[in-house]
Amino acid sequence: MGKLLWLVFRSFERNGFICVAVHVGVMAMCLAIPAKVVEVKGDGARVDFGEGVLREVNVMLVDAKMGDYVLVHAGYAIQVLSEEEALETLRLWNEILDAAEA
Amino acid sequence: MVESLRFRDATLAKRVVEKIRKLASNVGAVKICHVCGTHEWTITHFGLRSLLPSNVEVIAGPGCPVCIVPASEFDESIQLALKGLVVTCFGDVLRVPGSKMSLLDAKAEGADVRVVYGVGDAVKMAEKEKEKDFVFFAVGFETTAPSTAVEVVKKPPENLSFLVCHRVIPPAMKLLVEMKDLSLNGFIAPGHVSTIIGVKPYEVFPEVYGMPTVVAGFEPLDVLFGVYMILKQLSEGKPRLENEYVRAVRPEGNVKAQELMREVFEVVDANWRGLGVIPSSTFKLREEYEGFDARLRHNPKVYGAVDIQPGCKCHLVIIGKIKPTECPLFMKACTPQKPVGPCMVSSEGTCQIWAKADKTVS
Repeated sequence: MGKLLWLVFRSFERNGFICVAVHVGVMAMCLAIPAKVVEVKGDGARVDFGEGVLREVNVMLVDAKMGDYVLVHAGYAIQVLSEEEALETLRLWNEILDAAEA
Repeated sequence: MVESLRFRDATLAKRVVEKIRKLASNVGAVKICHVCGTHEWTITHFGLRSLLPSNVEVIAGPGCPVCIVPASEFDESIQLALKGLVVTCFGDVLRVPGSKMSLLDAKAEGADVRVVYGVGDAVKMAEKEKEKDFVFFAVGFETTAPSTAVEVVKKPPENLSFLVCHRVIPPAMKLLVEMKDLSLNGFIAPGHVSTIIGVKPYEVFPEVYGMPTVVAGFEPLDVLFGVYMILKQLSEGKPRLENEYVRAVRPEGNVKAQELMREVFEVVDANWRGLGVIPSSTFKLREEYEGFDARLRHNPKVYGAVDIQPGCKCHLVIIGKIKPTECPLFMKACTPQKPVGPCMVSSEGTCQIWAKADKTVS
């Protein structure tokens, strides 16, 4: 477990990685980027944007634990991503598409 | 785990496009509006418009939080910077034209304007440099507003105040539906705003206006399935509110963030660049926090702000009435290097996204 979100998050990289660079450097507004929580310290946490881009973010708005994937916007985690729901979405998509072909 | 990369899977995309085409053949002309710069980026970057049938159009609404802040509020920030205050802002904001100049121009004239990653950095700077007066130029939709609320509640240093220019998106969506000449048939609701506000604020669109509304994520398949779900609702004649982005958007949203925002802000009317005044669409610091309101503390005075520069069509691009390529200045007098209007400055502005995309896909 955790692997799915990791890969969803990795799939963000091809162009998303540029976004991370943009994000860490010159902020793009509504963009939120998935990151893995590496360490939680009070209201702050160290998160991994992938490829060794680590940053301190504020986690006051969410209940994040180590190992969770959070959406980070402007230095603040705004939501914890749900792996279960990610899998469910994929399952649903396939169901819709298969139904079409039946 | 091949399954895992499916959010960008080309085979799945082809199959959903086929389904979209089938559905589209029995619904007539459809105009779907999204209201998020990141959606526009996904659509343009991945060339999704070229995959859609000719009777299905996806237009970009006012989804760029930098573009819709009127020149008067930029003028305020510029005035404060020129007065000698340290103005901290997001990178996107720096080059947006006010009436006469941008914050970057002010910086060139010697003002202390600093780009920050988030409001937290502004707080740290203010703590470090106690002898200077700091202002944080707080721009952004509901995605960004909670971070401002967090810092206000935590009691920021005395030498920091906030120029609150946040905006709330659902009232702007209401304005779009009510513009009859725009004749929209469906909304793709903004995924990241929805992680905060949840899905309830959109209920009005299917219920009152009969508009299919789908909260969607930002991978290309998220957007394609969003379009598919809207077409499905249209073909069934049953408009409703659906959430495609369940992995990030809970129905109730981020309750903690909502409580913090309610604690710190009250909702008031606001002017939007190119759109005029929209009722209940911005935040203002509540009385108990107004000591941190930069407008009250430093009293900037702005008269006769100019929102739209001569020839600029940003006000029409912002509501999706025209495409960037229909503006006579696009990539001629107005380029990402030398932008005339805000839509060409921000990385979430429709014009900049189109300018930077491969021309064959836009």
